[in-house]
Amino acid sequence: MSESRFKVVRSNRRNRIALAIAGLVVVAFASVPLWAQPSFQRTLTTYLCLLALAQMWNLLAGYGGLLSVGQQAYIGLGAYGLWVFTDGLGLNPFLAVPLAGLAAALIALPTSVLAFRLRGGYFAIGTWVIAEAYRLIVTNIGWVGGGSGTTVTGASHVKMATRIPATYLMALGVAVGSVLLVYLLLRSRLGLALTAVRDNETGAESLGVDVARAKRYVYLISAFGCGLAGAVTYLNLLRIQPNAAFSVQWTALMIFIVVIGGVGSIEGPIIGTVVFLALQELLSDYGSWYLVLLGAVAMVITIWNPRGIWGLITSRRPLDLFPLRRYLSVVDVTASEASEPKGSVGRSE
Amino acid sequence: MTWVNLVIQGILLGGLYALFASGLSLIFGVMRLVNLAHGDLSNVAAFLALLVVDGLGWNPFLSLVIVLPVMFGIGYLLQRYVLNRTLERGPMPPLLVTFGLAVVIQNLLLEAFSADSQGLDAGHIEDTAITISSRLAVGWLPLLTMGVAVAVIGGLQLFLARTQWGRGFRATSDNQRAAQLVGINNKRLYGFAMALALVTAGIAGVFIGIRTTFTPDAGSLRLIFAYEAVIIGGLGSLWGTLAGGIVLGVAQTLGSRVDPGFGVLAGHLVFLAILALRPQGLFAKQVDE
Repeated sequence: MSESRFKVVRSNRRNRIALAIAGLVVVAFASVPLWAQPSFQRTLTTYLCLLALAQMWNLLAGYGGLLSVGQQAYIGLGAYGLWVFTDGLGLNPFLAVPLAGLAAALIALPTSVLAFRLRGGYFAIGTWVIAEAYRLIVTNIGWVGGGSGTTVTGASHVKMATRIPATYLMALGVAVGSVLLVYLLLRSRLGLALTAVRDNETGAESLGVDVARAKRYVYLISAFGCGLAGAVTYLNLLRIQPNAAFSVQWTALMIFIVVIGGVGSIEGPIIGTVVFLALQELLSDYGSWYLVLLGAVAMVITIWNPRGIWGLITSRRPLDLFPLRRYLSVVDVTASEASEPKGSVGRSE
Repeated sequence: MTWVNLVIQGILLGGLYALFASGLSLIFGVMRLVNLAHGDLSNVAAFLALLVVDGLGWNPFLSLVIVLPVMFGIGYLLQRYVLNRTLERGPMPPLLVTFGLAVVIQNLLLEAFSADSQGLDAGHIEDTAITISSRLAVGWLPLLTMGVAVAVIGGLQLFLARTQWGRGFRATSDNQRAAQLVGINNKRLYGFAMALALVTAGIAGVFIGIRTTFTPDAGSLRLIFAYEAVIIGGLGSLWGTLAGGIVLGVAQTLGSRVDPGFGVLAGHLVFLAILALRPQGLFAKQVDE
């Protein structure tokens, strides 16, 4: 009998190759302003912001178990934050974007106290009501243009040749940042707490996980991300209207993207965004049929294939582009070539 | 007198909200399901009534004879063949499915009927009122709506308290597995509960269609109002839901008096205040777990 030692392994060669490819993809995306038309950059900006939003919703619902239908609150607040910091206070619009994200997170703190009094389905509609309340409050403030909205004039003064590539690169930063943020968060102590909460809330609490605090952090981080993405989206659009910025349609898109791609995985929202992009561009001549289709597909997936497209891909063989699992690898002392995690004992997601 | 008038209008408006909310409350009570498509399904009833009124030239009230059985059928089939499949897997799947359904319904209605506002014309009843004094008049239609709301809620209470099916509902609500052990077919029972809920939603949808105009996207706001009535009133109490609807209706009517753009917001703010100060609602019987 050979003596065995154990080692906890998180990534393997496949992960490292995937990471290198991901890096190349990001570089390719970063080169877009060098060769693409402004209109293409603006379209891509929209989808990159959607990817960030989808990551934030997935963090909230897929990992935090907080099914919010009210994330449009923070998109709207991010949009109006952009206006307040640029036109209201006269700051540089590109500096205003992170400030708008922080403002959204700040407003999320007292909001979470109210929202967290509700659970499950009632939490879902409760967040929606809160978003509606924010929409109506903004509609009643004449300074920000009331119901007819306003234009971010501070940003429209910036030259087009600078503004569009800069906005695009910010969107790329927010999208890549959201993926990295969720990834690093899930590998941290908080991530461990969250996965425990996701798998069994009562069990996690009995082992000393501060469930309420973990959920609160996730809610605030998601508000920050949605605020940032909202600010970049409206830096791209420039015209802000409360009914559009605070529309529940934002959350509908986030939910459909995440559900179709795969809830509870980092890869899911990325795949979902690509699918959404394809559907929307293909069905662009058919009015709102793409929403009918998206809704129906999301229903079918929830009922028959709850882990989404990414779940289908990984059902045959385990594959993680973003290694979150810990593998217990048996390192055989006599045959020390076994460095890849073959016999993964006690795989924990 | 204006204020008395406003409060009375608000109370009667509350009857309409309670009518929407009673189905939501029933479903949550029986199977802990929050149906995010409740408002849109009631909107389906309004558009069905529109088809009947336009097609057969009937009065909208008479159209209920066709609309309500259709809603019953939709409810039963939806629960049996779609929602029952999601119930065993925690609170997330039913929410995702009903949210998806809400978006599908809204956009199908939009494609079928365009974004124009529609209305149901019920004739004289819409503009006749009982004049109590020169400053105080109560419309027949809101009064009738309140009467129907009280009748529906009273009927549901009687049904739950007195009938075999009602006992099944209460038993399942208390303990689903134990109810199954004593021979209750909970899949059928859930189907029946959803069918009943959509009948009440159908009544509410047709009444609001007579009272005011409606558009394909009107369902979301109705869901929100119904939900606010349920939370303000307290979970698990149907009469509490009626009271919650009335509180919401009065808040909105008084709010619109202050400023026309403030009505709905005033309702939201009262809801948030209740959430902050008395999260179990005014007349809570049930704990949401």
